[in-house]
Amino acid sequence: MAEHLLEVKGLKQHFPIKTGFMKKTMLKAVDGVSFTIDRGETLGLVGESGCGKTTVGRSLLRLYKPTAGSIKYHGQEIDDQNIQGFRKQMQVVFQDPYSSLNPRMTVGDIVGEPLDIHKLYKTEKEREQKVVSLLELVGLNSDHKRRYAHEFSGGQRQRIGIARALAVDPEFIVCDEPVSALDVSIQAQIINTFDELQQKLGLAYLFIAHDLHVVHHMSRRIAVMYLGKIVETAVADDIINLPMHPYTQSLISAIPIPDPKQARERHRIVLQGEVPSPLNVPSGCAFRNRCRWRQDICAEQTPELRELAPGHEVACWNPQMPK
Amino acid sequence: MSQPLLQVKNLHTMFPTESGEVRAVNGINFSLERGKVLGIVGESGSGKSVTAYSILRILDNPGRITQGEILFEETDITKLPRNQMRQIRGSKISIIFQDPMTSLNPVYTVGNQLMEAIRLHTSRNRQQAQERALEMLELVGVNEPKKRLKQYPYQLSGGMRQRVMIAMALACEPDILIADEPTTALDVTIQAQILELMQELKNKLGMAIIMITHDLGVIAEMCDEIIVMYAGRVCERGTADEIFYNPRHEYTKGLLRSIPKMTTTKERLTPIGGSPVDLLNMPKGCAFAARCDRAMKICLTEQPEEIEINPDHRAACWVNVKEGALAQGGQNNG
Repeated sequence: MAEHLLEVKGLKQHFPIKTGFMKKTMLKAVDGVSFTIDRGETLGLVGESGCGKTTVGRSLLRLYKPTAGSIKYHGQEIDDQNIQGFRKQMQVVFQDPYSSLNPRMTVGDIVGEPLDIHKLYKTEKEREQKVVSLLELVGLNSDHKRRYAHEFSGGQRQRIGIARALAVDPEFIVCDEPVSALDVSIQAQIINTFDELQQKLGLAYLFIAHDLHVVHHMSRRIAVMYLGKIVETAVADDIINLPMHPYTQSLISAIPIPDPKQARERHRIVLQGEVPSPLNVPSGCAFRNRCRWRQDICAEQTPELRELAPGHEVACWNPQMPK
Repeated sequence: MSQPLLQVKNLHTMFPTESGEVRAVNGINFSLERGKVLGIVGESGSGKSVTAYSILRILDNPGRITQGEILFEETDITKLPRNQMRQIRGSKISIIFQDPMTSLNPVYTVGNQLMEAIRLHTSRNRQQAQERALEMLELVGVNEPKKRLKQYPYQLSGGMRQRVMIAMALACEPDILIADEPTTALDVTIQAQILELMQELKNKLGMAIIMITHDLGVIAEMCDEIIVMYAGRVCERGTADEIFYNPRHEYTKGLLRSIPKMTTTKERLTPIGGSPVDLLNMPKGCAFAARCDRAMKICLTEQPEEIEINPDHRAACWVNVKEGALAQGGQNNG
């Protein structure tokens, strides 16, 4: 098979945290994550707050300097020296459409700034044309370019954020909870916009979200994270219908179903306790203290991802097939 | 039939601002019976939280109730003097806020805050109040409750804080619990724990719950009856099954269509076009008309009234009026 668009191996991102006078502890936000993304593909990344999913996205873009691991783009290793070149190919859309747009800049300048930085036009007129075509691409119009971000609703602002990401004509976009802050009816508009752009421009997405309905809709494959590690990856339908990791199973069973009859009938696996602090991760399997199937080995050794079915990898010592 | 516990009649709440009056709630009616869960759904700005705050009279300045009445056990609480309202708030009707991070006082211990509520509304002394606080923390499933009493909010996680909020709201055994997006700030697995807990407590204590949320999943799991709000008005109301399986208002239909379903076929979503209504410039007719695919002439000029679809179901939409008339006309002809 052809090379992957993006290949991440053993990515680690540790942050030093002050825990007292002259004392430091390492917060292991991401602790050995590997995955690949192909051209035009969407990989969904789900997990609860604090599991490290946003950090993965930011480390990929080298907004943080990764502690360890390798990130290859088109087979070429990304490092500090050549990152500037890759920035043109990898972009990001942030969660909060209110704080991720500069309130003092007009929409035209926000969308045009990446063009300035990467010198993507020859004349002023060309810049103008590019900005307008970008706004139109995401469902806004040319009148909007002279306005400021505060004049727009949440959904429109997210469109501005998408237009800015598309300005440099990237191949890959990290979407970091791009619809979480929006109302349901607006959320659907933005999801459709992402879908259309992918088909039109052949974009690949890393789609980070905690809403499994949305991730399932967007993604071909899904990776589930828990405390800095990927615990399960599979094709989107298999994650939802045939989850094998006990954490994924409880996550799936916890999603509220917008259907009263199904909601009444289903059996929910309610997890005991809460996510442990990432400063104090349990030994062995990080999930073991909340797990229904824990064994002795879970405390002693960390499970690695193993392929249990074609394309379905699980990191668990005692995975159970759902009935 | 007995009198409902709470009756809201033609409630109007508005906020005067420099750029004009924001009419957040425009004449809504509902009633709530003991032991029932009423869900209020709607987008941001639809007036669902303002409705809750109006009931408790904790509106932020300069918001005020301009019309209507709220009958709690047959007394109109909109007209009660402040000190009497304070007696009801927290002891008869209490609220859980959306954000457990900011709703607790950071400079008092959890125990201190819990005991304050208990001592204010009951005749318990310090010792008894502490026992009650412990009991409540145990009830809501806080581990090591003794230790927690002495801790400050920042030492607890989001789920724990929300439990403390619930313990505080329930400490005086209220008749009505208003839950304003109680799980929006929480992760799904924690959300599942909290919803399960609320259902358990409802059965144990027999209180009524008003559940305010934009999450249709939460509504489907929790509620007996549902009110769908748009631009400060009720556009549709009915039992959970009626709303989910037989929606009649175009807005409700749109909402249900916009949620991605977890089936194997990934169909394109059908979003509701346009953007939410500007409360400063409310249209003359139906507030949803501008975003509605089936809008007719009358929708732009006249406000639709709620009409009965069946005894469990009412909707305020001209399309239904028209279809109803056609159906009736058809019967007459036949």
